[in-house]
Amino acid sequence: MNDALPKWADIALIPLLNLTLALIVSGLVVGFIGEDPFEVLSLLIEGAVGSADGWSYTLYYATNFIFTGLGVAVAFHARLFNIGGEGQAMLGGLGVALALLYVPWPHWSLALLAAMTGAALFGAAWAAIPAWLQARRGSHIVITTIMFNFIASALMVYLLSRVLLVPGAGGSPETARFAAATNLPAIGDLYALMGWGCVERPIASVCRAPLNIAFLLALLAGFAVWALLWRTRLGYEIRAFGHSEPAALYAGISPTKIIMVAMLISGGLCGLMAINAVMGEAERLVIDPVQGAGFVGIAVALMGRSHPIGICLAALLFGMLYQGGGYVEFDIPAISREMILVIQALVILFTGALDNMVRAPMEALFLNRRRPEPALPTSATRSDGDPKERKVEP
Amino acid sequence: MTIFKTLMGASAALALGAGAALADPGLIIDLGGKFDKSFNESAFNGAQRWVEETGGEYYETELANEAQREQTMRRMAERGANPVVVLGFANASTLDAVAPDYPDTDFVIVDSVVEQPNVKSIVFSEHEGSYLVGMMAAMASETGTVSFIGGMDVPLISKFACGYAQGAKAVSPDIDVIVNMTGTTPTAWNDPVKGAELTRSQISQGSDVVYAAAGGTGIGVLQAAADADILSIGVDSNQNYLHPGEVLTSMVKRVDNAVYDAFTAGEAGELETGVEVLGLENEGVGVAVDENNQELVTEEMTAAIDEAKAQIASGEVEVHDYLSDNNCPAY
Repeated sequence: MNDALPKWADIALIPLLNLTLALIVSGLVVGFIGEDPFEVLSLLIEGAVGSADGWSYTLYYATNFIFTGLGVAVAFHARLFNIGGEGQAMLGGLGVALALLYVPWPHWSLALLAAMTGAALFGAAWAAIPAWLQARRGSHIVITTIMFNFIASALMVYLLSRVLLVPGAGGSPETARFAAATNLPAIGDLYALMGWGCVERPIASVCRAPLNIAFLLALLAGFAVWALLWRTRLGYEIRAFGHSEPAALYAGISPTKIIMVAMLISGGLCGLMAINAVMGEAERLVIDPVQGAGFVGIAVALMGRSHPIGICLAALLFGMLYQGGGYVEFDIPAISREMILVIQALVILFTGALDNMVRAPMEALFLNRRRPEPALPTSATRSDGDPKERKVEP
Repeated sequence: MTIFKTLMGASAALALGAGAALADPGLIIDLGGKFDKSFNESAFNGAQRWVEETGGEYYETELANEAQREQTMRRMAERGANPVVVLGFANASTLDAVAPDYPDTDFVIVDSVVEQPNVKSIVFSEHEGSYLVGMMAAMASETGTVSFIGGMDVPLISKFACGYAQGAKAVSPDIDVIVNMTGTTPTAWNDPVKGAELTRSQISQGSDVVYAAAGGTGIGVLQAAADADILSIGVDSNQNYLHPGEVLTSMVKRVDNAVYDAFTAGEAGELETGVEVLGLENEGVGVAVDENNQELVTEEMTAAIDEAKAQIASGEVEVHDYLSDNNCPAY
């Protein structure tokens, strides 16, 4: 990344400008169909963060996106474009289901450990084949990972409608529910524990919200990814390989090893998403537990500039769009499900694809401002950055 | 939010005072989307017909992902919609958890059974309707091979296929029935190009009657069959008009009627909870005959179908339901 921008502008100002542009264009689109953009925006925000219920769902979606976003980001650092998060998360779901269906776990914490192992192993295994093909045979990872998404979905349909199906369940392609002992503590349990309600019926909506302990796991995973990439030798090798393969090779870093390791970690993180969606929310394996989170993870990683903090913030934003979007769709009949998709797509377009449109003028602006001290532009840039922040620079 | 809460309070008070009859009904469209040319669209059409005929209003929303199911059901109920109609088997376990929290609200679920005192479950005997069109296909076939194209490979579609194969084999035991599914992702419901390809492949294997139970994909199946001058069979709604004289018949599944009736009964406060099976006898499923296909349907076919209907009604012929054991004896 170049040094034209101070760190704060790179990680905060540019995404905010991008987001504002996306919202303006979305507002125009909403205006075109005859609805009030401000009403839609305020409903969207109210739905996403206006109540405990809204927050719970927002953070639930964000949890999914943090996992897939981190997965995509780790691969990004090795300059690998993993668009197979969808399939890896599906297989992660299978790992969770297999770990939970056949063992009578006495307590959720043991079940969680087993499910995490299953999810990460299956997700990583699904990423391993494209990784090997890339490392050894040069098959492009973009092509192979997206093909593996389709294979994953075919495998899931086969398993759920032929093998793992509960007989006589009315034909719904899903497994039996996991045992109650394996259910993860959710936001409703916290409410009950703290005496905030959720004990007697009728219970508030928040008590049934799917936000669960996987959210904390996602934050931990974020920290672990940061520590891995910027505090370990392996992380350094991954980043060095991503910056320049010939240089990495010259430094004695094995490309095969880095491609394999980066993709295994990436697949494992995507697979862990299933802890939230399969073990935490559905409590059974349904035919498509991922629901596009693997692809949203790409946008989240792009927007978060492949840094765990950025990813958490971007995931929160997408969680808000998901939850608030559903709220808007419910309240304003003219705003359909597809319209919400358009707004989400605009955010992705502006933050991902059109990033340079904002970045180039901003860089020019910042360079202009520095002209008064022309002698050493690079050292001026350095003194701009907070030393704490500079440590995490990729 | 404050207005919303006032409304909620008001409707709750109404519900307590005057029973649930005064509320507007609600419809939750499932993940396939409102215009899936099939199941959801049929339900939507039923709701629209109710609006046109009664001038009433209803709440409607479309799910965008799995996690919204429970949230949306609760919001509908809290907003005072009554009855709340949900579509598809995927809602069953969620509804089972939600319904007890809203004892004053009636719920209707289509295509699955939920055993709660305030839930009406509507299921269709698709296998029986498919059995009848299978008989017609076997009687119309000259090559001794008929075929089936399903949408997404899920057990519900195998229920259609299995009924069809049984019907065909009931007419001529050594007939060949080719069964293909379009795909394994939800896009299989809306892939007319692939539907047409599969049709051509089945024609090359000798099929001369093809039955499509594949949502929007079926449009391509019917088109390819008409292009190759063989017969096709439509599904869900009456699709005979799509290619007059080329579509043998349609296996109609009246999801629209189910929704319409639920709305009407709900408005009159007469919705009966429990399980309702819509089959041949109450025209929940059936065989469509109109001016577009009457020349194709011979008297012999009509007689055979009427006889089979009577035999199924009396229990003399039992059409195997694939969902009961995930197995099909006919193929």
